[in-house]
Amino acid sequence: MISLAGRDILHGWGKYVFTGMGLGLLIGVTLSMAGIYRGMVDDAAVLLDNSGADLWVVQQDTLGPYAEPSSLYDDLYRGILTLPGVAQAANVTYLTMQVRPAGDAARERRAMVVGVVPGGFGEPGQPRFLVAGRRLTRGHYEAVADLSTGFRLGEQVRIRRHLYRVVGLTRRNVSSGGDPMVFIPLKDAQEAQFLKDNDAIIQQRHRTAVNPLFNRPGQPEVLEAVLAAQTQSTSVNAVLVRLDAGADPDRVAADIRRWKRLGVYTRAEMNEILQAKLIATSARQIFMFLVILSLVSAAIVAFIIYTLTLGKIREIAILKLIGTRNRTIAAMILQQAIGLGLIGFVVGKTAATFWAPVFPKYVLLLPSDAARGLLVVVLICALASLFAIRTALRVDPAEAIGG
Amino acid sequence: MADVESTPGEGIHIEGLRKRYGRGETAVDALKGADIAVAAGEVVGLVGPSGSGKSTLLKCLGAVTEPSGGRMTLGGRVIYDEGWRIPDLRALRRDRIGFVFQAPHLIPFLNVTDNVALLPMLAGHANADARARARELLEALDVGHRAQAMPSQLSGGEQQRVAIARALVSRPPVILADEPTAPLDSERALGVIGILNRMAREYRTAVIVVTHDEKIIPTFERIYHIRDGRTHEELGEGRMST
Ligand SMILES: Nc1ncnc2c1ncn2[C@@H]1O[C@H](COP(=O)(O)OP(=O)(O)O)[C@@H](O)[C@H]1O
Ligand SMILES: [Mg+2]
Repeated sequence: MISLAGRDILHGWGKYVFTGMGLGLLIGVTLSMAGIYRGMVDDAAVLLDNSGADLWVVQQDTLGPYAEPSSLYDDLYRGILTLPGVAQAANVTYLTMQVRPAGDAARERRAMVVGVVPGGFGEPGQPRFLVAGRRLTRGHYEAVADLSTGFRLGEQVRIRRHLYRVVGLTRRNVSSGGDPMVFIPLKDAQEAQFLKDNDAIIQQRHRTAVNPLFNRPGQPEVLEAVLAAQTQSTSVNAVLVRLDAGADPDRVAADIRRWKRLGVYTRAEMNEILQAKLIATSARQIFMFLVILSLVSAAIVAFIIYTLTLGKIREIAILKLIGTRNRTIAAMILQQAIGLGLIGFVVGKTAATFWAPVFPKYVLLLPSDAARGLLVVVLICALASLFAIRTALRVDPAEAIGG
Repeated sequence: MADVESTPGEGIHIEGLRKRYGRGETAVDALKGADIAVAAGEVVGLVGPSGSGKSTLLKCLGAVTEPSGGRMTLGGRVIYDEGWRIPDLRALRRDRIGFVFQAPHLIPFLNVTDNVALLPMLAGHANADARARARELLEALDVGHRAQAMPSQLSGGEQQRVAIARALVSRPPVILADEPTAPLDSERALGVIGILNRMAREYRTAVIVVTHDEKIIPTFERIYHIRDGRTHEELGEGRMST
């Protein structure tokens, strides 16, 4: 037996190819949406990997530092270092802000500025790999930027009031929101994050000075002390902890919680926070798109196959008159629908692969997603052909004989 | 009719065939008792005014519409008998009835050979066998040189000959032709009737030609007139000389 569907497609391949291309672009968008979701999940994993931490110590009752604001005193890490199982502990700050190259406002970028303790390899918080330049070694006014900022080695960038020289470049260091990271020394970052501008300091001094609680007659040293305390920046967002090999993260986390009254998250818990709290809404958003795109694709396939079938009603009546089985006719329509889906899938997969790198955020096209997509496409095409099949099976073979 | 063996049991026979469309007040009796007997190898005409029941009779003979009553045998097998019918009309159409239409109605996406070979393929014969049989018939009908062409590349006369090859390919005991010459000029119309006569004899097939066509009516030896749902047999003036 010959393939009726195949012969019909070859006979009118133009309309199949064009319809397949249109459908393919839709499928390409669908695969890209899935890729965007996978990219976000992967970015989150990379974010955690790059931090080099086994434990995140944050302000009690917060989901910091990525999902919620968290503020800690910057001397807490010393106490943590003394606990058994802790190998390293380092302060870190995170703040998303606008960063721009000096004198080139057009290249301003939104970036996650990470304040890290300048130091050697293996310090938690430091970027783990550099693609160019060197790591932060001085205490002030140096920056390591992610490639996706577009900043160049040796360039000066402005963050708040100060200029920083880019001394190193990293790849794929982005926040969970997709903003590229810029690493600067911790002290500078604390100043950028917590220090008030001059006017604010003057106003605060004034308000403190008029408060009778601080400004006591005969005791001027109280006001001095309060003012000094107010201008010091002593906060960080989190302490990143690296454990000794073999230490149990849950046990050390429990110790820190008990003795220091702090929030502590293990790698697994932090991953859960990123997935469930930060990505969840975007994931649902993407899922909605996937559903709508699937419906639109199904409608298109159904409409096209139905139209093509209506165009063949006479041939179908003849095929039935000369004794073709209903099953053969149904198979012909089903195969055409699936053929259309396969053309669409190939076009879509190709298109998605081509345009994925152009997206501003990371798009991760997983082969398993493509396989799942193929399955869904075939299913949708099969379902979409049912309407056309029903119409074809209702054709009366007597119609071929006429009135 | 010396060259036609009128063996009982061959060809197609109907007796008292009736067909009523609808029920109650609006019922239409399209056939009120049709009697036809066509022997293997014989070609007969079926004529009648519009609305007389020609199409209905053709649909009953072609096993796509069930008659309300009467009897039909085809190649010796009982097909209908007063409300009873054989179970698989579809297979009967595929294996034992050839159809030729006014417009050739070839499948546009199959080439000439496969249009003809489709029926045996549908019946489960190997593609190569089916195509060999198709080519043999196409040669016999003088369209062997167009075997690889698509239907849209053929002239009207060529298409009709391919359609006749398709009708013959299963060696059916009967061919039903519905206005097969309507779109053709006089010469080609007579050519098609000549072919049908030749094939009827060669393949021992009974052929019923429904027609209005004044050009070909004189060629039939026997003609069934149908008027108001009833058939009347008449001797025709014609005899195809071959
Ligand atoms: N499907 C049908 N339902 C109801 N009446 C029909 C149907 N088909 C044909 N008829 C009626 O049966 C009669 C015979 O019609 P038909 O067999 O088409 O005659 P012809 O082909 O000779 O014109 C007409 O009165 C027609 O209106
Ligand atoms: Mg009619």
